[in-house]
Amino acid sequence: MSREVVIPGETIIAGEDYLPGDGVRREGNELVASRFGLAEISGRLVRIIPLSGVYIPRRGNIVIGRVIDITFNGWSIDINAPYLAFLPIIECPRFFNRYDLAENADIGDMIVAKVLNIKTRGVDLTLKGRGLGKLEKGMIIAVNSNKVPRVIGKEGSMINLIKEKSKCDIIVGQNGLIWLKGETIEDELFSEKAIKFVTERPFVEGLTEKTKEWLEEKKK
Amino acid sequence: MEISNLTKERIHDYLRAGKRFDGRGLFDYRDIVIETGISKNAEGSARVKIGDTEVVAGVKLGVSEPYPDSPDEGALISGVEHLPLSSPHFESGPPSIHAIEMARIVDRGIRESGFIDFKKLCIKEGEKAWTVFLDIYSINDAGNLMDASALAAVAALKTAHFPEYDKDADKVIFGSLTDKKLPLTESMPITLTYYKVNNAFILDPISLEEESSDMRISIAMSRQGKKVIINACQKSGEVTVAKDELISILEKAMDKWKQIEPKVAKLIDKK
Repeated sequence: MSREVVIPGETIIAGEDYLPGDGVRREGNELVASRFGLAEISGRLVRIIPLSGVYIPRRGNIVIGRVIDITFNGWSIDINAPYLAFLPIIECPRFFNRYDLAENADIGDMIVAKVLNIKTRGVDLTLKGRGLGKLEKGMIIAVNSNKVPRVIGKEGSMINLIKEKSKCDIIVGQNGLIWLKGETIEDELFSEKAIKFVTERPFVEGLTEKTKEWLEEKKK
Repeated sequence: MEISNLTKERIHDYLRAGKRFDGRGLFDYRDIVIETGISKNAEGSARVKIGDTEVVAGVKLGVSEPYPDSPDEGALISGVEHLPLSSPHFESGPPSIHAIEMARIVDRGIRESGFIDFKKLCIKEGEKAWTVFLDIYSINDAGNLMDASALAAVAALKTAHFPEYDKDADKVIFGSLTDKKLPLTESMPITLTYYKVNNAFILDPISLEEESSDMRISIAMSRQGKKVIINACQKSGEVTVAKDELISILEKAMDKWKQIEPKVAKLIDKK
């Protein structure tokens, strides 16, 4: 398995043996990149791990969004994607007074939700699931959604490390929005700095170890 | 994405304790960097960075007929453009009301301070005078574009030279600059913008603070002789300001101006 940085229009590999995956298209006999990222050839499949660009929602993603409008049967949510998301009332497991939806989540409030469906007119969200709902207290920071796997780490190793060292509750949305809540604001700002430390180093090997050192040094 | 209520609340909490997210004091400026002469084609130009905020300003000079109400004076036309690359909130197209407001605040500061000696821009009374075109572009918006724009305008004007002017053909020969500088006075205006966030006033906000602010007051001040005076003032935003608040802000602005002015003058002249 090899990885190299490619730019749009660059030929990754030639031959009928390979299949184009995410961000790759076929032009005649060649597989050409259609976005900027790391080209990964695993077996016959060629795909691109993007390094930049907007968040594209996928079914089942946990996202953090901001309420931008209230309609008669739910909330319109901005999930930092090119599409507008909608959270209908029937996808909420709790009882609400449907004549006063603002009581539950007003414009400007943040919610954690799961992507239920992606249709041509937009994205549907649901609150049915563990840990989903409106966010209380804490603060929101934004990182590039392509850095989210880095922030989480292998099986959550990175995010658990940051949680432990900064004593903060952290929820990472797949769309790049991160919710932080600590005992004090200083703790929250410290965990923000730690997350920025991770996202600013995309090519570093053994980042979890380095972050651990950094956290221990800064904590003193 | 616009700021969330949660983050806003956090900024308020922190300001109540007299602290800010980046560890500055309420009235501390970020580092200011000024580069002049960045454009080959402009008569004067400057790039100003305040922290991560970056703007460029350019001055072009043209010859035209003076306005009938001021036949012996040149003119100043200033514009601010919020480029879409500088912030997710800016769209391409004609300037937004915010850009127009910013241009007017910059313009007013320069005009009312008497920084440019308009009488000296006159070539022939009632017929020909120089017009100063001042264009300001935002390159990156990390908060406080207002003060950065005003600063860039002053820096660009300070480094502007006249192009050659062919009197017989009535043509400006662009590209060949003379040694003659734009006629400026000692009264260099500097604009300080105070933002009201919840109940606290702050200077030089970062984007998050700017987005959670309710109101702002821009104050342009300059030195006239031995005194420092307020040349222009503009309040925007929906929240009102109390009389004693305003007086305390004006006093603070005066002190801050006296600290900042020598630094800025040094940064512009260092080249």
